[in-house]
Amino acid sequence: MAVSDLDLDIEPGERVLLLGASGAGKSTLVHALAGVLGGDQEDGDAQGELLIDGRRPGESRGRVGLVLQDPDSQVVLARVGDDVAFGCENLGVRQEEIWHRVSESLQAVGLGLPLDTASSTLSGGQKQRLALAGMLAMKPGLMLLDEPTANLDPDGVIEVRDAVERSLRGTDVTMIVIEHRVAVWRDVVNRVIVLNPRGGILADGSAEDVLGREGERLAAQGVWIPEFPPARPVRQRMSTEIAQPLMAAAGLRVGRIPFAARRPVVVAGGIDLDIRAGSSTMVTGANGTGKSTLALTMAGLLPVAGGELTALPALARGAGKRPHRWKSRQLLTRIGTVFQDPEHQFLRATVRDELSVGPHAAGLGREQTVAIVDELLVRLHLDDLASANPFTLSGGEKRRLSVATVLATRPSLLVLDEPTFGQDSRTWQELLALLAEQLDRGTAVAAVTHDRELVDALADHELHLSPLPGAAVPVIR
Amino acid sequence: MSVLSTGIRMTTPATIARVNPVAKLAVALTLSIALLLSIDWVSATVALACEAVLLPFCGLNLRQFLLRTTPVWIAAPFAGVTTVLYGQDSGMVLWQWGFLSVTDGSLSLGVAIALRVLAIGLPGVVLFASTDPTDLADGLAQILHLPARFVLGGLAGLRLVGLFLEDWRALGMARRARGVGDGRGILGGVTRTLSQAFALLVLSVRRGSKLATAMEAKGFGSTITRTWARPSRLHPRDGVVLGIGVLIAAAAITMAIAAGTWHFVLS
Repeated sequence: MAVSDLDLDIEPGERVLLLGASGAGKSTLVHALAGVLGGDQEDGDAQGELLIDGRRPGESRGRVGLVLQDPDSQVVLARVGDDVAFGCENLGVRQEEIWHRVSESLQAVGLGLPLDTASSTLSGGQKQRLALAGMLAMKPGLMLLDEPTANLDPDGVIEVRDAVERSLRGTDVTMIVIEHRVAVWRDVVNRVIVLNPRGGILADGSAEDVLGREGERLAAQGVWIPEFPPARPVRQRMSTEIAQPLMAAAGLRVGRIPFAARRPVVVAGGIDLDIRAGSSTMVTGANGTGKSTLALTMAGLLPVAGGELTALPALARGAGKRPHRWKSRQLLTRIGTVFQDPEHQFLRATVRDELSVGPHAAGLGREQTVAIVDELLVRLHLDDLASANPFTLSGGEKRRLSVATVLATRPSLLVLDEPTFGQDSRTWQELLALLAEQLDRGTAVAAVTHDRELVDALADHELHLSPLPGAAVPVIR
Repeated sequence: MSVLSTGIRMTTPATIARVNPVAKLAVALTLSIALLLSIDWVSATVALACEAVLLPFCGLNLRQFLLRTTPVWIAAPFAGVTTVLYGQDSGMVLWQWGFLSVTDGSLSLGVAIALRVLAIGLPGVVLFASTDPTDLADGLAQILHLPARFVLGGLAGLRLVGLFLEDWRALGMARRARGVGDGRGILGGVTRTLSQAFALLVLSVRRGSKLATAMEAKGFGSTITRTWARPSRLHPRDGVVLGIGVLIAAAAITMAIAAGTWHFVLS
């Protein structure tokens, strides 16, 4: 049971931050309030009473609006204006009134785009503001936000937070937001409720009051609270001078080949790299500067668009200088890649099988594979989940598993694309400890990230990408 | 939706783009049915000639036209040649080699097929390349009164197709990184593609169910009677377009009967 024994009254006009350990049922509660919980035949059953304006949520459609986490799966229609109008149409709003509301709500979220702008061209932050505008146009009495900024870069987070604040100002709309980064919403909300994973409520009151009393406990459960930051890992620094060079780049250009084209479109250039065993390189820069493209190129998954990228003998171990030319199996034991979206890299139906894929493909025997997998399961606290389906895991568990699958074949270089995106503080801490451990063992780590704290905690070298025609600039640390 | 929504609407305000999609659909259907009733070269030639006269008035320039209709230009001769070589033989044998044979009958059948593919395909592509999927959905629901649930559900699903290509690439890279990207031989390649296709399916279903939740949260599928932000109505120009379609179909059939080449496929 996701949520149980919950007694709660929320008054009109309250702005609530809903906290709780991962698995405490925050999303379930919010989905129930929105009336989109599939009822007893699909998603389990409900006991007790949940009323909005004294009615059941399913009966008060339009009174409640919901914005979800994933920007891509909330856009319904191809044009911005049509997408905002969609909710109004469903509520039977008159046509002239619809377009009036559309421009009003687009303005409220600060999205001053022509109405026929293709919604697919928007950034993540813009898509979330579009979803917000669609909800505002329905003029709901209750706004539900389910981790609306978890998939966004720092600029996007502020963009969306400010849009919410602006649209609430001067209204008596009630808002409930789920988020594990407290700092983002602290000044917007006037009530904080902490759900107890064992049922009921752990704490309820003003932000100061609740965070003062429960802050430390919440931080231990993974909630980001500025006063209780997660512990940073301690590294046994190796001298990078003597560390073996693994990969070098000079004047590297990276890009992707568009569909049906022959030449790549260059997104970043002027990149020099010197990747050494046991040292970490973090690539930073705004959205669209080619960070992910660089990561995929270093990982041997995209061809080089220009300049030089060389795998040196300590990394190549006889496989040739160009990672992109390596066979998939050669890549496996040399460069391990952790993708931004863990779901893209899952291949099997259970966690155990998922972890066995790498060692098996690398040609290890059955016993050896089992030994490696068992060790990883314990070390990454996944042993209780060994027979679970990877897709059913929580966000933090998926991230741990995706890192574990890569570690299973002990690659000399780890390439990570936004490894800490949307993670709670506990997963963040565990992940950083794991990376530090890998670095101490002599594995090289290259990561692209927006996460300043990750860079501060772990980067030996930082490379800042700027929009073309700018070059990549090493940051002095 | 890079693949689907780059209709002409986005690039040039073509005349044909202002015609109601439902009228365009009716024209395409009328022509197809008329030309599929008989397989002969006269009806297809007449239809094609009429269309050739009308195409310049559609507001497409030659480059756009050729780019969009390339598949039809490739398919037509291919279908024709195949019919010539393998089609039902009749009349004088002109050339033979093993299973392949060219006769008077198969030759005229092949020509008729190739012309037919052009006569149905060219206007079809021109009509639909200039149609925005959202406008078509509006027309289907408001003019033909198809259930809004299915029409809009389908439209929303169509938007996800645009994400397929990106997902497919990401999956391919992820597989390569996981060490299972080497296809050994043809069998290995097929197995790899199939399992990647399955992964794409799983990913799409997951995304689809998230989209369904988002739509439901926006009041989609409730008992309230829906209104429409973009009214889709038939205008006189839609009647004209439909009339032209019917005229072409009628002319094609009449001429074929008059010339004695009409050959009803079901008789």
